[in-house]
Parts: sequence; structure tokens; C-alpha cells
Amino acid sequence: MLQPVIDDDGAPFWEYAARGELRLQACAAPACGELRFPPRPCCPQCGSFDSEWRRMGGRGRIWSYVVPHPPLLPGYTELAPYNAVVVELWDAPRIRLVGNVVAAPDAPLNSVDPARLRIGAGVRVVFDGDGMPRWLLERS
Amino acid sequence: MATLKDKAAIVGIGQTDFAKRLPEPEKTLACRAILGALDDAGIAPSEVDGFASYTMEETDEVEIAKAVGAGDVTFFSKVGYGGGGSCATLAHLAAAITTGQADVGVAWRSRKRGSGPRPWTGTAVQLPTPAQWTRPFGLLRPADEIGMLARRYMHEYGATREHLFNVALACRNRANQNPAAMMYERPLTREMYMTSRWISEPLCLFDNCLETDGALACVIVGAERARDCRQRPVYIHSAAQGLPAQHHGMVNYWNDDPLTGPAWTAARQLWKRADFGPQDVDVAQIYDAFTPLIPLSLEGYGFCRRGEGAAFTEGGALEIGGRLPLNTGGGGLSEAYVHGFNLINEGVKQLRGTSTAQVPGAGTCLVTAGEGVPTSAVLLRS
Repeated sequence: MLQPVIDDDGAPFWEYAARGELRLQACAAPACGELRFPPRPCCPQCGSFDSEWRRMGGRGRIWSYVVPHPPLLPGYTELAPYNAVVVELWDAPRIRLVGNVVAAPDAPLNSVDPARLRIGAGVRVVFDGDGMPRWLLERS
Repeated sequence: MATLKDKAAIVGIGQTDFAKRLPEPEKTLACRAILGALDDAGIAPSEVDGFASYTMEETDEVEIAKAVGAGDVTFFSKVGYGGGGSCATLAHLAAAITTGQADVGVAWRSRKRGSGPRPWTGTAVQLPTPAQWTRPFGLLRPADEIGMLARRYMHEYGATREHLFNVALACRNRANQNPAAMMYERPLTREMYMTSRWISEPLCLFDNCLETDGALACVIVGAERARDCRQRPVYIHSAAQGLPAQHHGMVNYWNDDPLTGPAWTAARQLWKRADFGPQDVDVAQIYDAFTPLIPLSLEGYGFCRRGEGAAFTEGGALEIGGRLPLNTGGGGLSEAYVHGFNLINEGVKQLRGTSTAQVPGAGTCLVTAGEGVPTSAVLLRS
């Protein structure tokens, strides 16, 4: 399985994720405070280079999803068909995170029957043992 | 204000065979396509002083110029974002020629995608997408990334697989008329489409472009010179690139409306500089790495309104005789996938009146580059 190839801007996200926290970059200029994703050096709204990592509620809904089939990369081929989703966060609808809906925090990417996925379905974030965010269906 | 309008013209086109596997290396294929295009134009290689290609092109100006026997070269550029750069190569050459930086420009693309590696299989290199946020979760390939937008589009606007099939079928029907197309002798049926294997649900095998070895090139000169060339000139009427505000590449999930892609940005610029509008386009060559890019592009380039792109494909609209004949050589889905350069050459053939699926009296053609990535487009006219 691929590990995230982390860049300078993204590093804090993964550090917080390893501690089980979903935090997103926000502008720290008092008059602005705009959330942004993916992380970047300065605020596209106001130009400030000051940022903070804001704790998010971790609930959202499925914006879209795909079910990949081979040809895929090693580690993924064995799990196919699995799901990959884009989750829209309740507390920041313009922020969407790519992830996977799983049956339990450490369950594999194919642990939920794709037929149970729906656009709009409620999900909440959990973190697996490697600090990767995963998503559980709210109604399971 | 100075504009590019009709100031430069395509006067030569060239291409190699298209196949899953060609024995010759990319450099040889590139030289064959370029020399073919120059011969078509009746221009000596020693007159070439401008080059443009894609950043993903493996052959470079130094190697190409010395192999084909170009003269002193005074303009060269490469455009990024894979298939999004196709039409921009023409735009850059047209701008260079119009501003006196060069007189004879060659644009080219040579690729052994059929027999060579697929870019997404690279795990060490960072693809030009924010990969750390997508690839570990198994969103590995362009088909997965576009599949995500496709399902959302289908959900929001009631598009169905029938609509995507309309796109695949139109391209295949044109390929069945084109002896150079990889799918020339391979008709497609609804049954084949609906029962084919999934690649990334909701996209099946036939929603994906081909894997091709091949090369293409074209020659561009100023309008005055064009009138003396061997072929009927095809003028570059308008050209544009498009990188929308807060766009994220093929994983464009992080802005207000991810379904409003680069096509909209390129289109605004394209039509602003043109003497005609979408309703006056006789034939379109729209980048079709995946079938959903067609309804999205139909909306972006103004052939219909937001959410109407799928319905636009109904009733044979994309076939010869329909509202907007599409990808008349077969496109990336059924002729060849060479990062969209075959769409450029097919546009030229239509306006010369020499296409294998000729639209009677075609005088205007839209050619677009990859939608879903920073893109480009040109309006051609005879």
C-alpha cells in the first residue's frame, strides 16, 4: 500500500492524524480565519502567512465515490473491488477529504459492501493504527 | 489590441501508424510525423525555426531539430499538464509567429503509451496532482479521479450510463470509418458496453481511452505565407489556455463547484476573441480520455447549459448529421490516444474536406485539450 508522500505544507495534518486528531489548516489572521485545503504556504483569501491547525468535528457525508477494479497497484489489486470516497465535512462543506469507508478503524478498504454506499450518507472519521483517516457509516 | 485571430494557419499535418505496439522508438516516430507534416505543407525542414510540445513529451527540441535538419531555432516551448497542453502548443506557436519570434513552427507529440509504462504506475514519483491526499486511499489512476467527478455529475444532473454510451458509440462509429484508427474494424454495441468489465465504477472499459503507440505533428506559419503552401490553410481563429481560480488538477475536489472545470475558463477566453459562437461550430474534436469529459466539456464550451451535457448526447446529436458531430476520426476513445494531438489533425482534415467522416461543408471546428486538468482549446476555420 502507498504511504503518503508528505510535503512541508501537509506535514502537520499527518502529525495530528497520527495522534487521532482531524485538524485542517486555517488562516490565523484575526480578520480572516478562512479554512483551506490542501494546505499551502499562504492564505488565498487575504495573503497572510500565519496559519493554525483547527480541530474539526470529524463528521461529514459522502460527496461521491468510486469502486476501483484492476489493473491497480500491488496491495490494492488484492483488495479490489474496494471503495474510495470523497467526504464533505459538516462543519466546512467546501472542504472535502478523500478516504475510504471501512467497517472498523483497522478493517481493510473492501470491508464494506459497495452496495451500501450512497451519495449523502453520513460518515464519521476514525484513525487506523498507522494514523490514516478512515470513515465509518453513521448508520451501520 | 493585437489578437491572434486568423494570423497563423496550420498548413501541414503528419502522423505515423497507430498501434498497441510499434517497433520504432519515440524519437524515430516523432521525426516521421514531423517530416510528414513538412512534406504535406511543402516546406523544407531547414526553414523550421519554432517548436512546441508537451512537458510530458520524451523527445526534445535539440534531438528533434538536429534529426530532421531544422535551421536556427528561435522559439521553443513546452506546455504542462499532460493532455491539457495539446492545443496550447498551437497557441504558443501562433503567438510566436504573430509577434515575429519565428516563421515556421512545428508542434508534435510522440508517445509509446501502448507498449510503454502508464504514468500512474509510478509510485516513487509525485504525479502532478496533490498525491498525498489521494493516492494512499487507493485513488490511483486518472480513471478513478475522473470517475469520482462522473458519479457526482450523474447524481446531480440525472446523467446515466446510457449517456456515456452515446459518447463511446459516436467515437467508435467514426473510427469504424477511419482506416487509420485502432478500432477501425471493431464495432461497438450497447450490449458490449453494458456488460463490459468495470475499471472504476461508474466507469467501464469503454469509458476509457485507448493505449497507443504513435506520433503526430503539424506545421504552422503566418497567414500570408500560408496562402502559398501546398494545402488549403486552416486558420487558428482563437486560442486559449485555462487554469481556473482554486483549481486542483484532476483531483479538483476542493473548491465551491468541482464540476466547473478548466473548460469554462478556457471557453470564456476563446469566445471573447472569436467572431462566432458555439452555435456556429460545424464539428467538434473534444478531448475524450474518458467519456464523462464530453458532457462536461459540452457545458463548459457553451453548447448547452449547466447540467444539460448528458441530455445533449441523446438522439444521435454527436453522430454525423447530428447537432454537433464529435471526434470524427474516432478520438482518444477509438482512433488513438496520443494526448489529444490526433484531435488537432482531425480538425484540420475536416476543414480541408478530407476527413474519412467528412461533415459536408465544415468551415469551423472546435478542438479542445484535456478537461479536468489545466487545459487549452483552439477554434479553427477554413
